[in-house]
Amino acid sequence: MGRSVLLIEDEPNIIEAISFLLSRDGWTVRIHSEGVGALDAVHRTQPDIVILDVMLPGLSGFDVLREMRLDPATRDCPVLMLTARGQQKDRDLAESYGVNHFMTKPFSNDEMVRTVRELADRGSPPQAQAPAAGKS
Amino acid sequence: MQKRTLTGTRLREYRLRQGVKQGELATRVGISASYLNLIEHNKRKIGGRVLSALAGELDVEPSVLSQGAEVEMLAVLQDIALAQNAPEDLTNDIEDLATRFPDWAVQLVSQHRRISELERVVGGLNDRLTHDPVLSEKMHEVLAAVSAIRATASILIDEPQIDAEWRNRFHGNIDAESRRLADTSATMAQHFDQLGRRAEGFLTDPEELAAFLDGHQFHFPTVEDDGHFAIKDLIAGSEHLTRDGSRGLATAWLERYCTECASMPLGAFRTAALECDFDPGALAQQFDVGIHAVFRRLASLPEGPDIPQIGLVTCDGAGAFMTRKPLRGFSLPRFGAGCALWPLYEALMRPGQALRRLLRSEDGRLFAGYALAENRTKARFDDPPILVSSMLMIETSVTDHATDERSRRVGSSCRVCARHHCTARREPSILQAVTSE
Repeated sequence: MGRSVLLIEDEPNIIEAISFLLSRDGWTVRIHSEGVGALDAVHRTQPDIVILDVMLPGLSGFDVLREMRLDPATRDCPVLMLTARGQQKDRDLAESYGVNHFMTKPFSNDEMVRTVRELADRGSPPQAQAPAAGKS
Repeated sequence: MQKRTLTGTRLREYRLRQGVKQGELATRVGISASYLNLIEHNKRKIGGRVLSALAGELDVEPSVLSQGAEVEMLAVLQDIALAQNAPEDLTNDIEDLATRFPDWAVQLVSQHRRISELERVVGGLNDRLTHDPVLSEKMHEVLAAVSAIRATASILIDEPQIDAEWRNRFHGNIDAESRRLADTSATMAQHFDQLGRRAEGFLTDPEELAAFLDGHQFHFPTVEDDGHFAIKDLIAGSEHLTRDGSRGLATAWLERYCTECASMPLGAFRTAALECDFDPGALAQQFDVGIHAVFRRLASLPEGPDIPQIGLVTCDGAGAFMTRKPLRGFSLPRFGAGCALWPLYEALMRPGQALRRLLRSEDGRLFAGYALAENRTKARFDDPPILVSSMLMIETSVTDHATDERSRRVGSSCRVCARHHCTARREPSILQAVTSE
């Protein structure tokens, strides 16, 4: 049986591209497109990994991440955070909340697929990662 | 025009020209000769009754001897001396500099102003780059569109065997995202362009409006005569209004001016104002208009033999100036806050209550001050009132002792106000440092 990923992202065309890529790689992709209710979606879908955008309508990705880490049921779920803002302070904030990997947009498709695979294989616990490729 | 020198120096010049001895003049106005000597050497600040008396003896207007600009100039020179960690001697030389090299002093002051303006602009630009919501939103949109295009384009390249339905869909997505990217980057470019132009002009929209109104002394004869039709030409012909934003503000101002011309026609209003001795309350009754409208209309009257000089200042609930019509002998600071004793602020505490106060300015002149704060918007449940307070100042020449005793001594702004023992003072005056021995 395939493993599943929950994609929390509000840009429809990015959703489409990532869904296509990960489906091709054998993943079951589920979508949630706003911050509100994201934690419930994680509970419901029990994904092997969460891809979380920072700029979400309603509730920011940081808030979702913090809630996930406070909840015993989701505390250990690997989280790949995606953001268009690659600023150091955002990266630091995400790391202080326990992100597993921080990736800036635009991302490379190969890197996306590879990272998702690695994070799910490794599972948790969260640990500091080398900065993602892309602009510094 | 009188060359710009200090009051004491000017006083001395007038006295010598008339061949009056120092001791003699001092006796005539009831002060000691040594005190007059200190005044003449700019070691003592002079104002109020002593200035009037000396001016009277020498048969000159007090305003010829004292000019508001001088006080401001000294304040700025003091700022310069202090800001650059100058040795103490430098502050002691300020009077000397201003007296002996008035043109240099004016040049220094104007350069200092320019530097302060530039600093303000740089600070503003810096704020914009780090906190500009438009930039940050557009940047986010650009990155989102670029990410979608990049991911989608890579799929199309990496998967040549992709089925037709997916391919068409991805082509459509790339098309949509590239259009969005084009729009967003055009908006960004426009935004940068506006930022750049703002940096050149050094002025915000309200500052341009203020320069426009000052330039016309708040009076627009063509609008008085031709109404709305004159507005377009005035706006187009103004050198002060360089942007759509300020032109919009000026148009709104003139539209209202036009309405107020109709409800308070110049001739009738002028006659009525003279009859009631410029009482805004009576005029509001007679013309059936609001007090703020009467304030503006009075401030628009051109000064003349029978029309005293009239100043107007308006602020919002935060105390920020919105309108500022300056007048001689009652200096209004350009930036920052005014004197806490102004009825302008007192009115904010009691919105709807029109206040009438007799004010004595630092230069010793008397002004009838009228103030009223009103809601700027219609009241709404649970929303705080948005207030605008307005203060009208009309120069008056009441001279009887009782009235004078009732007057409230006000300043302009603490930094340039030398009043001693003022309970409303919030920072030390830099003038005391200048004028003490």
